[in-house]
Amino acid sequence: MTQVSMTVNGKAVSGEVEGRTLLSGFLRDSLNLTGTHVGCDTSQCGACVVHVDGVAVKACAMLAGEAEGAEVTTIEGMAKPDGSLSTIQQAFQDHHGLQCGFCTPGMVMSAAALLQDNPNPSETEIREYLEGNICRCTGYHNIVKAIMAAAGQDVSKIAAE
Amino acid sequence: MPKDGGIGASSKRREDVRFLTGRGRYTDDININNQTYVHFLRSDVAHATIKGIDTSSADAMPGVVRIFTGADFEGIGSIPCGWQVTDRHGEPMQEPAHPVLAQGKVRHVGDPICAVVAESLEQARDAAEAIELDLEELPAVVDMKAAVADGSTKVHDDLTSNLCYDWGFVEENREAVDEAIKSAAHVTTLELVNNRLVANPMEPRVAVGDWNAGTDDYTLYTTSQNPHVIRLLMGAFVLGIPEHKLRVVAPDVGGGFGTKIFHYAEEAFCTFAAKQVGRPVKWTSSRSEAFMSDAHGRDHVTKIELALDADNNFTALRTETYANMGAYLSTFAPSIPTWLHGTLMAGNYKTPLIYVNVKAVFTNTVPVDAYRGAGRPEATFQLERVVDKAARELGVDPIELRRQNFITEFPYATPVAVEYDTGDYHATMDKLAEIGDLSGFEARLEESKKRGKLRGLGVNCYIEACGIAPSNLVGQLGARAGLYESATVRVNATGSISVMTGSHSHGQGHETAFPQVIAEMIGIDESQIEIVHGDTATSPMGMGTYGSRSLAVGGSAMVRAAEKVINKAKKIASHLLEASEADIELKDGQFTVAGTDKSVAWGDVTLAAYVPHNYPLEEIEPGLEETAFYDPNNFTYPSGAYCCEVEVDPDTGKVTIESFAAADDFGNIVNPMIVSGQVHGGLAQGIGQALLENCSYDENGQILSASYMDYAMPRADDVPFYEVDHSCQTPCTHNPLGVKGCGEAGAIGSPPAVVNAVVDALQRAGKDVTHIDMPLTPGKVWAAMNG
Repeated sequence: MTQVSMTVNGKAVSGEVEGRTLLSGFLRDSLNLTGTHVGCDTSQCGACVVHVDGVAVKACAMLAGEAEGAEVTTIEGMAKPDGSLSTIQQAFQDHHGLQCGFCTPGMVMSAAALLQDNPNPSETEIREYLEGNICRCTGYHNIVKAIMAAAGQDVSKIAAE
Repeated sequence: MPKDGGIGASSKRREDVRFLTGRGRYTDDININNQTYVHFLRSDVAHATIKGIDTSSADAMPGVVRIFTGADFEGIGSIPCGWQVTDRHGEPMQEPAHPVLAQGKVRHVGDPICAVVAESLEQARDAAEAIELDLEELPAVVDMKAAVADGSTKVHDDLTSNLCYDWGFVEENREAVDEAIKSAAHVTTLELVNNRLVANPMEPRVAVGDWNAGTDDYTLYTTSQNPHVIRLLMGAFVLGIPEHKLRVVAPDVGGGFGTKIFHYAEEAFCTFAAKQVGRPVKWTSSRSEAFMSDAHGRDHVTKIELALDADNNFTALRTETYANMGAYLSTFAPSIPTWLHGTLMAGNYKTPLIYVNVKAVFTNTVPVDAYRGAGRPEATFQLERVVDKAARELGVDPIELRRQNFITEFPYATPVAVEYDTGDYHATMDKLAEIGDLSGFEARLEESKKRGKLRGLGVNCYIEACGIAPSNLVGQLGARAGLYESATVRVNATGSISVMTGSHSHGQGHETAFPQVIAEMIGIDESQIEIVHGDTATSPMGMGTYGSRSLAVGGSAMVRAAEKVINKAKKIASHLLEASEADIELKDGQFTVAGTDKSVAWGDVTLAAYVPHNYPLEEIEPGLEETAFYDPNNFTYPSGAYCCEVEVDPDTGKVTIESFAAADDFGNIVNPMIVSGQVHGGLAQGIGQALLENCSYDENGQILSASYMDYAMPRADDVPFYEVDHSCQTPCTHNPLGVKGCGEAGAIGSPPAVVNAVVDALQRAGKDVTHIDMPLTPGKVWAAMNG
């Protein structure tokens, strides 16, 4: 067992982990931050995406020890300081960008990373960026629409109901 | 103007806030003090005799609490099947035992052999690697037709063959159908495969078993669409735990799509082992395990023949299907290719004579059961493909051939035992032409040609049977359960309401949509109403969510309970207002005396019910809480028309979906936003089936697609924005809300549209291609194009 320390959602944390402990396991089991979900075992589904030093990372593809000293943001750290939904989270609710909610944390974290790098992405750019996030419920329609809306684009012409 | 609340409003989903902030509570988020972890050692071969299991090294590994094998389950019940199909000779289906852990033999890759319970999951996995198994491999049965040929290896030694049943429907019509086909002016024949799929809800299955040594009560937390059904099946048939000593909780569940209906061995194991080791036992499936242990879907091999007269009227339909059951009978498996498939073979058409033959077959593969649509996609796919093929053979427009044969008068009794209450198939086809811009296709075709792409248009219809189901009817058909739904409407003293429903929400938005109905009935704000579900300790006995039944059956139960509440509240109001009960009206949360300005607010009446100082105690009891069980008297019949435009790259065979439009008739709509979302998701799954997804086995029964590296899930760049419409509404005539159900339509209606479109594209390019089996991968399309 080794000691790891990092900053998660602005708070200094530390814990004992095995060398093989994944960052996703450390967040879920040691820190009880269960918003980061694990939906596969081949780093394909993206339900576990978090930000490590500002970069979107699949937390199941990184060892907890590799995050030593890093600034980690999880879905629990995405709301506004007053607890209300961030622009991206609010857009997902407004445009029905989630159903069962299981892929949602990863989708929101990926969307935030995309908009950070590319504040005004096209539909095609959004779809390509989301290659690493699988959703089985929404057919992606309202996820793409929500991200476009979060970027400030007019989505009223995209079929809704 | 869109409504801002109540029935018909696109109310934003209240459950989203917890899901968007990471505060959902899924089963894997539940950890119980002192819990242990189980890892299942599963068979890596399809068929073998277990000659020996040596756990001595593993037993001594760090952290191991106990290792279980099949021997520990001697005397414990078999995982039960919930539906007994009777074959065409009047004999019951063959029904093999399904032990919790393999006994004597393993019958599919993934069959659990040992369960290692340890202090941590890692220790359980490490110890499982130290178990020495002596498996003597047997020939694997994989191909269905070979499985039922003489001399085939048997999956189950105690059965007479690998044939589960040979079902004929309607058996009395068989000779008349044969005769009609023999004498037809034209017969179109199609042989096809409905590919095996894996449901793949994004949340893998999880089970946590807990046992209270002080009370001998058990609790199972599980990823289920129907916790009461699990309690009944597991308690009564497997573990012998009476229902009052067993609580089953299905909290937030991350998608189901059918595969979380069934009772699984892992649930029974965790519940059983919790008492054996005296500590909670938790199992979390990996995705690889999910591919080897979640019940699969579809997997039919079908021959369909459509007979037409000289005027292109459909005169008869005959189908023969081999349906894969896998190695054991999953909970509802026998009903899927029969009663949820054969009864839908009329589709939208007035074909007078239909005969459906289904041979259900055991193979050394994972059990197959309901997956979104369950039998109805298989019916729709073959019917809409053969109609399309017929139109092309006859040189008539596929849409016109459909229109000519549409059922137009309702109610309509089909020759396959069901009666459609309402529908308007021309209306949805008209709407499709509008939203799919069918008249603009030729221009888009030319544009594609300029870019060197082959464009095709595929159109189809569908009908499905939802709102499952009238209990007395399904009882006659072999169901070992009733299929009603329940609700308790509990009005609190200050007027807020808790609705305990037997339906279960795992993405469908019940927590938002169900309150809209109550708000409409009483005239109070939706925020005053809360939906409680997913726990046998809080909800009355309910049958859960599947078959697009929640609103049609569960919502109806809720309406019936709310009506009882309102009737009682009116009695209280009439007392408070000193007026006749018959004169009391409820509107906008106020009880008024008709024709007067006398009124009393909802909250005053509810308070009186619980503080009955001024109350008609001699006539009615205090309190305001009512329960209703609703048993539908027919299925509901959503229908629609779908179109898909594809481009095929002639150099690579790659198909891209250029557009997809869906015009559905779901009857009345409670929340249009949620309904659209349900259709979107179904469309992506149907497009996935048509282009990408395939659960593949090799000839030895080895599963080749057991991860997302090998099983192609639809991703955001595989699908377009969809045009969906549900303004064509012929309300259901027999449930109080007039609703039909919308959860499965997209997955049912979309695969034939995609395949019809690809065939259209290739035929327009002069290729002699009449059918390609799904999924239409670039390799298959290229091979078809290049003969």
